[in-house]
Amino acid sequence: MSKIEVKELTKIFGKNPKKGIKLLKEGKSKDEILKKTGMTVGVNNVSFEVEDGEIFVIMGLSGSGKSTLVRLINRLIEPSYGSVLVDGEDLSKIDKKRLIETRRKKLSMVFQNFGLLPHRTVIENTGFGLEVQGSPKEEIEQESKKALELVGLKGYEDQYPNQLSGGMKQRVGLARALANDPDILLMDESFSALDPLIRKDMQDELLDLQQSMKKTILFITHDLDEALKIGDRIALMKDGVIVQIGTPEEIMMNPSNAYVEKFVEDVDRSKVFTAGHVMIKPETIRIEKDGPRVALQRMKQAEISCVFVTEHHNELYGVVTAEGAAAAIKNGQKDLEAIVEKNVKTVSPEISLKDLFEIIHDTSIPVAVTEGKLLKGIIVRGAVLAVLAGNEVNLDG
Amino acid sequence: MDNIPQIPLASWVDSAVSYLRSNADWLFDPISNFLDAFVNGVSTGLMFLPPLVFIILMVGLTIYLTKKVWGLPVFTLLGLVLIWNLGYWEETMLTLALILCSSSVAIIIGIPLGIWMAKKETVQKIVRPILDFMQTMPAFVYLIPAVSFFGIGMVPGIIASVIFAMPPVVRLTNLGIREVSLELIEAADAFGATGWQKLIKVQLPLAKNTIMQGVNQTIMLALSMVVIASMIGAEGLGTEVYRAIGRNQAGQGFTSGIAIVILAIVLDRLIQAKNKKKY
Repeated sequence: MSKIEVKELTKIFGKNPKKGIKLLKEGKSKDEILKKTGMTVGVNNVSFEVEDGEIFVIMGLSGSGKSTLVRLINRLIEPSYGSVLVDGEDLSKIDKKRLIETRRKKLSMVFQNFGLLPHRTVIENTGFGLEVQGSPKEEIEQESKKALELVGLKGYEDQYPNQLSGGMKQRVGLARALANDPDILLMDESFSALDPLIRKDMQDELLDLQQSMKKTILFITHDLDEALKIGDRIALMKDGVIVQIGTPEEIMMNPSNAYVEKFVEDVDRSKVFTAGHVMIKPETIRIEKDGPRVALQRMKQAEISCVFVTEHHNELYGVVTAEGAAAAIKNGQKDLEAIVEKNVKTVSPEISLKDLFEIIHDTSIPVAVTEGKLLKGIIVRGAVLAVLAGNEVNLDG
Repeated sequence: MDNIPQIPLASWVDSAVSYLRSNADWLFDPISNFLDAFVNGVSTGLMFLPPLVFIILMVGLTIYLTKKVWGLPVFTLLGLVLIWNLGYWEETMLTLALILCSSSVAIIIGIPLGIWMAKKETVQKIVRPILDFMQTMPAFVYLIPAVSFFGIGMVPGIIASVIFAMPPVVRLTNLGIREVSLELIEAADAFGATGWQKLIKVQLPLAKNTIMQGVNQTIMLALSMVVIASMIGAEGLGTEVYRAIGRNQAGQGFTSGIAIVILAIVLDRLIQAKNKKKY
């Protein structure tokens, strides 16, 4: 079962949402409904599922309905239609008491402008969630301290929010959300108000924390770079509708329509793609049985100037160049060993193109992509440039 | 206009007042008894203290609240000594009792009403025009039904003052709570605060400064009713001013007026001192 299951969720702002729902079902567009009734469709028939422990990013420009969507989930805004299931329980149907209970135990929220209470100290802000639950004082203090330490704010307990920088304020926001140990974190543009450098730090830290916490995170952002970096999966929203859901790779490589494509166009592709995406299958020979003649033969066939040598079962041994092989044949050498260049640069498949670029620009032979000792593929400069230029990538490579 | 009959609004109000007067004793008597006891208790208490002791206490309080020795404490000392010297001590204590009683009644009713207005749109729609009415109706007009229902003396004075002085604290409580940013309200809701917890832990603390401004204005308005209330027998400095008008004594009018001004400044500054921003 999914942790969060959103089905046909719809929000219409206006006097008569029921009528709006009817019009939507008749296939009327958002603009038509606005013209006809004056009502605004905030979120239109959105369905998706979030798995336990997943970071699910909802990304869209302002006015796309993403902030409304996240508020429909914890019912800060009442849905007009549809359901939100958390652990199988439909939050849109439960009574007020049960809703408060669920908000206290299962859902925490981190806000764009931090939402800290200015009249309370850092630790009092952090303990707010536990305090409204009526937890004992010692427990509140203990858990708040623990949460503050987790986000790196030890020693700031007695400061007031206005004494902190933006990044630190949002750490308090995060600590407050973590203090009552919820299953689900709703993060509404949580890092958008921060400077780019601080934002990057916070993203890294969230990912670090997530390694150990394994919370289910619903992350709202308007920044595609952030979405691609943080999200396990991304839902792209436009005009209240989800346009595409997929992993970062799927969205980058197969934009489902012109809107997504336009978005993806501007992304710094070098940060998103990794060596694994651009590597190609290498020509190989085996050290145990092949000699210089085979090596040269392969190179001639494939029209390349060097060939990779493997041992055992596809473990990287080295590389033989065309000149090396030709010289060996001339000298009558039969053994490959003497001409194998063992000093081959290797990278892991996860390395980003940005980092890869620095490695390949000063080497003449291709870089090997390895996982342990296994040779997974090689990187040729042309393929990297092709991806950066926005061309299709061969996923099977 | 001659052939259109005049709407007998005045006689309607008259008959409503006389109806209430003869049929609503069950309502007015307890209010009257309570306020009478209240104002008597306060004024007896204030006059029980010897002037010197009272002055020392007040100066101590201003030093404590303003954290200063110069400025307000010195003004308080000189001002109160002047009042004592002018021979208005008893009148000043009576006036102070009148102000304290009427503004505390106005605040006790006004703050909850303001909260209710902030929380319910319908209440705001109903209460707002009533507040406008209360504030724009000339204050003298309140004296007439107040006398009808409560006779003459301190009690109708308090009633008229409460009606006249209450609107600011209601309005500013309403405003202060509405001004709390949506994100903070959402934060409180998102962490599962109940309506009551939200009010106590978020809305009231954040609205405090605005509410205190309302309290301050309410007290000042109550003070401004002192002279008017003296027309229906509420004793104090107002009586002195009123008497001076009747006898055309400019000097006495000025000295009793000065006493009111001193009282106003001390009260105003004291409340403002409590209202400094901490964060």
